Amino acid sequence: MDILSYFPAWLLAHGAALVIVLPLLAAAITAIIPSRSLAWWISLGVMLTALVTSFGIVAQMIAEGSKIYPMGGWAPPHGISLAVDALNAPILLLISAMAVLTVIYAKPASIAEVEPKKQAPFYAAFMLCFAGLMGMVVTGDAFNVFVFLEVSSISTYALVAMGAARDRRALAASYNYLVLGSIGATFFVIGLGFLYMETGTLNMADMGRILSELEGGSRVSTVAFAFIAIGLGLKLAMFPLHAWLPGAYAYAPTMVTVFLASTATKAALYLLLRFGFTVFDPSWDYVGTILTYLVVGLGVFGMIFASLQAIFQTDARRTLAFSSVAQVGYMLLGIGLVSAAGLAAGYLHLINHAIIKGGLFLALGAFWYRFGITRIADFSGLSKTMPWTMGAFTVFALSLIGVPFTAGFVSKVNLATAVADKGWWWAVGVIVVSSVLAIIYMGRILLLAYFGDVPQVDGKPAAKNEAPLMMLAPMWILAALSIVIGVNADLVVETAERAASLLLGKGA
Amino acid sequence: MIDVLQINPGLWMIFAGMVCALVPKGEAFAHIRKAFVIMVPIFAAFMIFQINSGQEVLAGKIELGGLSLTTLRIDSLSLVWGYLFCLISVLNGIYGFHEKCRITDSSALIYAGAAIAGVFAGDLLTLFLFWELTAISSVFLIWKGGERAYGAGIRYLAIHVLSGVILLAGAAIYGQSTGGDYSFNYIGVENPGGILILIAIGIKCGFPLMHMWMQDAYPKASITGTVILSAFTTKMAIYALARGYVGTDILIYIGAIMTCFPVFFAVIENDMRRVLAYSLNNQLGFMVCGIGIGTEMALNGVVGQVFVHVIFKSLLFMSMGAVLYRVGTTKASELGGLFRSMPITAVFCLIGAGSIAAFPLMAAFVTKSMIISSVVYAAEAQGSLWVIVGMLLFASAGVMEHSGIKVPYFTFFSHDSGRRVKEAPWNMLVAMGLASLLCIVVAFPFGGYQMLYDMMPYVVDYHPYTVDHVVFQFQLLFAAITSFCVLKRFGIYPAEKRAEILDADWSYRRLGMTIVSWISAMWTRLASGVKGLRAKLLDNLGQRLYQIFSPAGAMSDAAPSGLSALLTAGMLVLTLIIMYVVM
Repeated sequence: MDILSYFPAWLLAHGAALVIVLPLLAAAITAIIPSRSLAWWISLGVMLTALVTSFGIVAQMIAEGSKIYPMGGWAPPHGISLAVDALNAPILLLISAMAVLTVIYAKPASIAEVEPKKQAPFYAAFMLCFAGLMGMVVTGDAFNVFVFLEVSSISTYALVAMGAARDRRALAASYNYLVLGSIGATFFVIGLGFLYMETGTLNMADMGRILSELEGGSRVSTVAFAFIAIGLGLKLAMFPLHAWLPGAYAYAPTMVTVFLASTATKAALYLLLRFGFTVFDPSWDYVGTILTYLVVGLGVFGMIFASLQAIFQTDARRTLAFSSVAQVGYMLLGIGLVSAAGLAAGYLHLINHAIIKGGLFLALGAFWYRFGITRIADFSGLSKTMPWTMGAFTVFALSLIGVPFTAGFVSKVNLATAVADKGWWWAVGVIVVSSVLAIIYMGRILLLAYFGDVPQVDGKPAAKNEAPLMMLAPMWILAALSIVIGVNADLVVETAERAASLLLGKGA
Repeated sequence: MIDVLQINPGLWMIFAGMVCALVPKGEAFAHIRKAFVIMVPIFAAFMIFQINSGQEVLAGKIELGGLSLTTLRIDSLSLVWGYLFCLISVLNGIYGFHEKCRITDSSALIYAGAAIAGVFAGDLLTLFLFWELTAISSVFLIWKGGERAYGAGIRYLAIHVLSGVILLAGAAIYGQSTGGDYSFNYIGVENPGGILILIAIGIKCGFPLMHMWMQDAYPKASITGTVILSAFTTKMAIYALARGYVGTDILIYIGAIMTCFPVFFAVIENDMRRVLAYSLNNQLGFMVCGIGIGTEMALNGVVGQVFVHVIFKSLLFMSMGAVLYRVGTTKASELGGLFRSMPITAVFCLIGAGSIAAFPLMAAFVTKSMIISSVVYAAEAQGSLWVIVGMLLFASAGVMEHSGIKVPYFTFFSHDSGRRVKEAPWNMLVAMGLASLLCIVVAFPFGGYQMLYDMMPYVVDYHPYTVDHVVFQFQLLFAAITSFCVLKRFGIYPAEKRAEILDADWSYRRLGMTIVSWISAMWTRLASGVKGLRAKLLDNLGQRLYQIFSPAGAMSDAAPSGLSALLTAGMLVLTLIIMYVVM
């Protein structure tokens, strides 16, 4: 591919390692830098480099196929390796792109939401979190996954707690997240232990090979899968293991919420795909049953229950948080189908939802930045006081509902088609009902914003007070992306189908 | 460059109308508009003359989204309508010269232009476009009639837009059945699309039970508005009928009924302009009937009838308009004896009345008899049609009665109302004079009617001035006059009463309204009952949902970490149990 010739050879050769190492090193440096703006510039530079590198990785993956990068020249299975393939390369790109937009947005937002003293540590923690997410996506080593999972989780606890400057409840939320997140990570590592016992290797590709030679293995690997599935289920906020999510999303600083909503749960979901389909194999009874009954069942329940909860929230952030839980249900439904179309739809929704939910939280942060608004009741007349922000919010809201010519529509249609192919007509009904619930919880915000009166300040309607450009730009980039995907989704659908065929390539 | 000869001549007038709408108000500018209103139709006629080659001309072809449209088609049939519409536009322009109204000027031009363009349309979609444009542009003429006309205008617009929609639907179905060929030629009623198109045309040309808009809206429009309206819409529909439904049997019966039923309403009607609207409906019946017969002679008759009809009907509307202009009313009960103060108008009105009643030496004499004769010939082949002949003869006598006698008699003669007004303005007199002149010229036995016959689409072999035809016509007319005199003498003739007569429009203006208000009353009651019940149910349900899901609800307690941890363990156990079961 021509694009590849624009990237320096060393970047392509070592890109997979660079996206982890660079933010890790930069984080250590940034943590001790006193200057807030220097910290910001470093983060931006790191994120941009990571974005360019991820782009190169994706381009290279498309041109040359999967690639294994042995760390330090030690060949797997003895050494630790990084593996890039059609499944994780797009997620690397997604995470780094969201990180760039979040950092841009953080420039004004962090001044308002994070204590001045903690600004530099904030960026350091942010880069650590980023490094952890990138690491757990790109690595080919199972134990490495756990390490990076913990790296990202622990830095996330710190990031959520920094929301205390805005709302003290952030501390409780962070603590709750810490406890549950640790339980999840523990379950995951216990599962890994059982797997190691069974296969004697930590390299994921090797594990998969050995397990399939064992025809799924003994009860040990069965139990291992149970632990891994539940541990990851907690991390990706599978209903009813989502208790940590609303609090963390609602009280963390906005940019943290944006980043978490669009990447953290998605990375965990990626791991579920990785373990469920390449290490284990859905054609084995115990894996297939869990996917078909537990994952789909909980996904569908989540779609309805979390949507209902979203309807009754008074806080807009909590509404969106519950909506995230519901949207994870869509992805789980797609995955649980264990068909090419279903997996592609789930993967597609993973990407689209990252864009949509990220954008929604960006807009919410802007509302808070200008007017200190988080309660839905305060949204009255926002379309007049912040027309551009509200415009972007509207695009995302329509996309979330699934209005034609938006990204949400594309993934919902694909999912509904996949479900119908399988013959699960009841699930099509669930998708429709859940979409109607989405109309209610997003519609009530939109109605208030567009038809509510502008609040009175000193007897006069509040003046127009648009968000700063550095907030508007990331928002509208995502909004435009959401519409572009809605109009022509070929590229994204292709990506999703490539990932799906990779997942089903083994055994199926 | 676009070849100007490719442009539908109607478009010039539509364009001029739009320019008129932009010309500022004011006395000086009014003359510019008036120049437009009178000169542009002449220019359009000149363009038609330029384009016409004696054969069928198909031009202005446009490819639009896979459809090929023929926006201009001039042949011997559409040519007559084209010239006629230009001619009458000029007369109307002169007639309305005194009126300084921008809306009337521009909408008159657009309306007439749309009618011309519609007549020259070579395909159904172009026809649809101008079909709707005539409706939309002409409604302003009705609204100019004042407060009273507003409702009528709305009803008029609704019915005509509906007609357009039906036309489009019919065209779509018809186009499907012909494999994407939308060209506007013989359609017939064998195709369901053809039936829809016929209904659409039927609405526009006032088929029985679809005619109400005419008597509703025309009398309420402004003075010039009525004159303009009476010329175009219905005749455009007659053209469409003559193009698409020649020889369709059902039209014979529809036409016959159309000629008869308005007679009764016209006799009892008080408003003279409304009488004329009924008489217009009756005249259209003759044309529809002739198209239904469909022989060459009948079609010649129809074309001739359309031509003279537009002229004398306008003449009559003009004379009543002049009366309305001077006296302020056209109610028979308030008029009478006006020949003393408006003698010239009275003479013109009499010429118009004579023309419509088909007096020898006057317009309709040379054309209407062609239609009736063709029906007679058809009846000789098919006996049942004698009933139709009888109906047409009755209707002819009826025309004589209400338009030929009633209108001039009650307006200009009858008992003297004591009103002394000025003669009509000069421009109205000029317009009426020209129309009167035309009425006489086209029926003139020596070289006059031959001109008219030359314009007809087929070779004419008909001689109106034979002894028995003249005698027969006089018998008919004198019978009508005698019966009028007798009825009047013995006081049986319905006296002029102030009343608004509702005919079939009763069905929607009274019955429909009553039904709608009844339904809405019942609905309100039902709704309040249902609302109570629903509110109870929803409140209950909402309460439950709220108790479960709201931030204060059972599901949303900020779950303590311990509980969540327990839940996680529970999920693990559940997973293991499921696995144990399947393995």
